[in-house]
Amino acid sequence: MKKYLLSRIAQAIGVVFAISLITFFILNIIPGNPVQLMLGEFATQETIDRVTHEMGLDKPVILQYLNWLGNMLRGNFGTSYFQGRPVIELLGQAFKVTAGLSLMSYALALLSGIVFGIIAAVYHNKFLDKLLMVLSIAGISAPNFWIAIILQIIFGLRLHWFPISGVSSFAAYILPTLALGTRYAASISRITRTSMLEVVKQDYVRTAQAKGLPSWKVTMGHTFRNALLPIVTLAGSDLSTIFTGSMLIESVFSIPGIGKLLLDCIGNRDLPVIEGGVMYIAVICVLIYLLVDLLYAVIDPRIRLGGENE
Amino acid sequence: MNKKKGISENTKGFYRISWDILRKNRLAMICLFIVAALIVIALFAPLIAPRDPDLQIIKEKLQKPGPMHWLGTDEFGRDILSRIIYGCRISLSVGVISQLIGTVIGFSMGVCAGYFGKKTDAVISFIIQVFSSFPFLLFAIAIMFVLGPGLNNLYIALGLLSWTPTARLIRGDVLRLKNSEYIQACIIGGGSNLRIILTHLLPNCFYTLIVTSTLGIPGAILSEASMSFLGLGVQPPMASWGSMISNAQAYIRSSTYYSIAPGIAIIITVMAFNLLGDGLRDALDPKMRS
Repeated sequence: MKKYLLSRIAQAIGVVFAISLITFFILNIIPGNPVQLMLGEFATQETIDRVTHEMGLDKPVILQYLNWLGNMLRGNFGTSYFQGRPVIELLGQAFKVTAGLSLMSYALALLSGIVFGIIAAVYHNKFLDKLLMVLSIAGISAPNFWIAIILQIIFGLRLHWFPISGVSSFAAYILPTLALGTRYAASISRITRTSMLEVVKQDYVRTAQAKGLPSWKVTMGHTFRNALLPIVTLAGSDLSTIFTGSMLIESVFSIPGIGKLLLDCIGNRDLPVIEGGVMYIAVICVLIYLLVDLLYAVIDPRIRLGGENE
Repeated sequence: MNKKKGISENTKGFYRISWDILRKNRLAMICLFIVAALIVIALFAPLIAPRDPDLQIIKEKLQKPGPMHWLGTDEFGRDILSRIIYGCRISLSVGVISQLIGTVIGFSMGVCAGYFGKKTDAVISFIIQVFSSFPFLLFAIAIMFVLGPGLNNLYIALGLLSWTPTARLIRGDVLRLKNSEYIQACIIGGGSNLRIILTHLLPNCFYTLIVTSTLGIPGAILSEASMSFLGLGVQPPMASWGSMISNAQAYIRSSTYYSIAPGIAIIITVMAFNLLGDGLRDALDPKMRS
């Protein structure tokens, strides 16, 4: 277990490092001088040169990268070109909002996805199962920003139940949460159903039934327990994509989260914020993957006790 | 399933059997029909669309659906139905072309990793891991930010990002195939690596490629819609379902139907590809056959 843990952590660090390399070099080959953009079109060449030098943008790219990486490791993400505030402050503030929204959607998706998935598996091939599966495939196929707009129209503009933008009250979070969570609820319910149906065929489930356990006990204690692995894998990768998926939802509902911050900064080419934001999200994703893998090892003894070769 | 036949009799080939299985899957056949219809719509858009999708008649702006405009008009008085029909071209071309790029990269990477093993495998597996732990949409946005918006760049960005599932599966296939006797025989017989890969491994991985690329198309279509919705994809006045929804957002108070239609188009297309992909997987997976 210890060996597995250490190798997995080393791998995660390697991935973060590779991502930082890709991010920096991709974002630094963009045409256009950021200093020129920052100072506006009336700046003299002299001022541009001076600011370029002050910001260290005239050094070789590799030195710039090492400098950037070193600063980032010390928690210094630089300063926004346009807002004049430290990037880490902007990101931290926006992240709180995004994390709140994402985690609520995630909780909703996990709960409803698993419940619907179990119901569909229990009523396999009955009407309820088919209805749930049609809904879930529609949920997977619909773009979440469109669901968001439809929710705004129905519950905001027609029924006046919830506000359609902002984060002023808890009620304002309800529509974004639903819009963001639908897709994940749909995919989790599908994998739950598939995995449950796979396990139901096993001998030990039949044994449990044969020895006269109540059917809910067989379903929850034997079938669901053993169907967990694929669900955990999917739920893990969902948790990391939900943070970025919230970008579109934030833009529809004007929520000042990390997605909206990044989109705004992409609009005005505020490079330090974009770089910092991408790294911030990437690190969170890698951490989540790491946690999921460790959780996996806890659930599945086969991984814990070797089998690291494949 | 088929009756058992003697070896001496003519037996059906792999793809023939797969087709027979697929044909019995009613849902998949309906989806195949929808996909075929969408392709026809995309190819013959100029003949099918009632009007030029970019023709602006300002005095007809934001009309409700009616006999003149079946799905109404947008804020510039353009016919929404015509724009949706032309938007089909964008969605399908992005789906297919980006998946082709992704499949070629994914196959090459997967084969190299599985066939050459050792260090090559370690390096490629690491690259796959880096790419798959990077949030897809964020990566796509970063690439589009660098390349600049536009249709061609969208093909490239989504293609560059969609190869990892293919590579992973092909690697697994090749690892399994490599130990089979006929591949070993080829290696001993002195067949060149390229020959073995192209004439023996490629045909044997073909069904994996069909399934993964079909199942990758809906994701690419959704990504295109998202990028265009954010203004990073297809540029105006070109009609894309995503950008139509984005434009419609400003008019949700007055013209509800405007935002609904493009969304329905996306759902139908994505759903058809998803279900067709599922059907193909069931039909082509040898493990599913008894």
